[in-house]
Amino acid sequence: MSEIPGDLKFQKTHEWVRIEDDGKARIGISDHAQELLGDLVYVELPKVGDRIEAGSSCAVVESVKAASDVYAPISGEVLGVNEALADKPETINEDAFGDGWLLLVKIDNAGEFDALLSADEYAELAENDEH
Amino acid sequence: MTKQTVLNATHRAAGAKMVDFGGWDMPLHYGSQIEEHHAVRRDAGMFDVSHMTVVDLHGARCREFLRHLLANNIDKLKQPGKALYSCMLNERGGVIDDLISYYLAEDDFRMVVNAATHDKDMAWIEKQAATFAVRVKERAELAMIAVQGPHARVKVLGLLHDEDRATADRLGKFVAAEVRGPNDMPLFVARTGYTGEDGFEIIVPEPHAIALWNALAAAGVHPAGLGARDTLRLEAGMNLYGQDMTEEITPWEAGLAWTVSLDAGRDFIGRAALDAQKNAGVPRQLTGVVLDDKGVLRHGQRVLTPAGDGEILSGIFSPTLGKAIGFARVPAAAHDGLRVDIRGRELPLRVVKYPFVRDGKACDGM
Repeated sequence: MSEIPGDLKFQKTHEWVRIEDDGKARIGISDHAQELLGDLVYVELPKVGDRIEAGSSCAVVESVKAASDVYAPISGEVLGVNEALADKPETINEDAFGDGWLLLVKIDNAGEFDALLSADEYAELAENDEH
Repeated sequence: MTKQTVLNATHRAAGAKMVDFGGWDMPLHYGSQIEEHHAVRRDAGMFDVSHMTVVDLHGARCREFLRHLLANNIDKLKQPGKALYSCMLNERGGVIDDLISYYLAEDDFRMVVNAATHDKDMAWIEKQAATFAVRVKERAELAMIAVQGPHARVKVLGLLHDEDRATADRLGKFVAAEVRGPNDMPLFVARTGYTGEDGFEIIVPEPHAIALWNALAAAGVHPAGLGARDTLRLEAGMNLYGQDMTEEITPWEAGLAWTVSLDAGRDFIGRAALDAQKNAGVPRQLTGVVLDDKGVLRHGQRVLTPAGDGEILSGIFSPTLGKAIGFARVPAAAHDGLRVDIRGRELPLRVVKYPFVRDGKACDGM
């Protein structure tokens, strides 16, 4: 598994969040998640302006194997989506923590971010997940 | 207890992601299912299919037995080595399994049946064989490797004994021969497959299977898992037992009418039911569908038609076409206006003649 950037926080359902310099929250799925899913072939994203609620499905990623819900790690308003994934969903396989991001969100409550798992806590969880 | 093929450790050493398939621990992929798919379409790939069951039949009345057991007519096999694809039906005309039979000699036929149906297949075959005094011998000690792709035959031929190479090179489609491989290992090589590409399916004694696998890898054949096998066979328009047909489905309803031989006077098991359904009108049909919108077709999705509901049987994202394709079972009167329900969204499906892909290329109209 590739190195997990230390500035990310995680939900145990394998979504990551990063707070950017301008305060916006960027959301994606972890490298471990893309490994479990296999080759991604389709991504269904919300629209700009939609609201997402922590713990509820905010996107669907489909791999060769199955369709999986992506659960919002935080609540807020969608400011942007990664349009490039429409034609190149495999970007998530190649760079889950970078170019394979899913959503840019205006976060409601910074406390929700602070309560998420740290990179180290998530790494431990992902490792125990390996069979 | 999950069963393992003799190549299990070889797959694991290659980093395969393993899954349970019909009680067997099998490789799903070795890294990227899509790359393995393309390797088979463009070059050569190999699949461990040792979980499938090889059954040898012996006895003077073999042919008579198979005339009765199979919905296709074994009398189509006139030359030793020739193979036949057929369904094996129950009395209701439902499909117990689909299989390949090889004619080796009048008292010696070979069948290859599916892994997940092993127990019921063996019970059924043994029960029916008793009447014909045919001996049924399962060959669990044989492994099987399918080598498929435009360069598959050349790569296999390069590994064969010099004196046998011409024999294997001359094999027509759906014909098998016994030849010697690396270190003179005995091989049963058939020009068959489940990908829509040319190639061989090779039956090899277990003690030689790892050496053969490694020799193929050294010759540039790419290991491919069950994931790629599924997308390749569906692109090629081939049915998967358990998904596209079951014991509750007749060949008429599974797009397999081409495998049923209604010869005058041949009373095969299930024939009466097939005749009756044909006379009464077949209520459902299997149809090929393409989703031109973005999204992925999956087994079990609901299909809406003007003639009533149906369902997706096999559905995949097709790596060759770059969109989703599938088999749907729909009412016989449903010819157009099909839609699929994907998570509450209704998207139009285009009905197409399959195969979807042949010899590495998209078929017309895909």
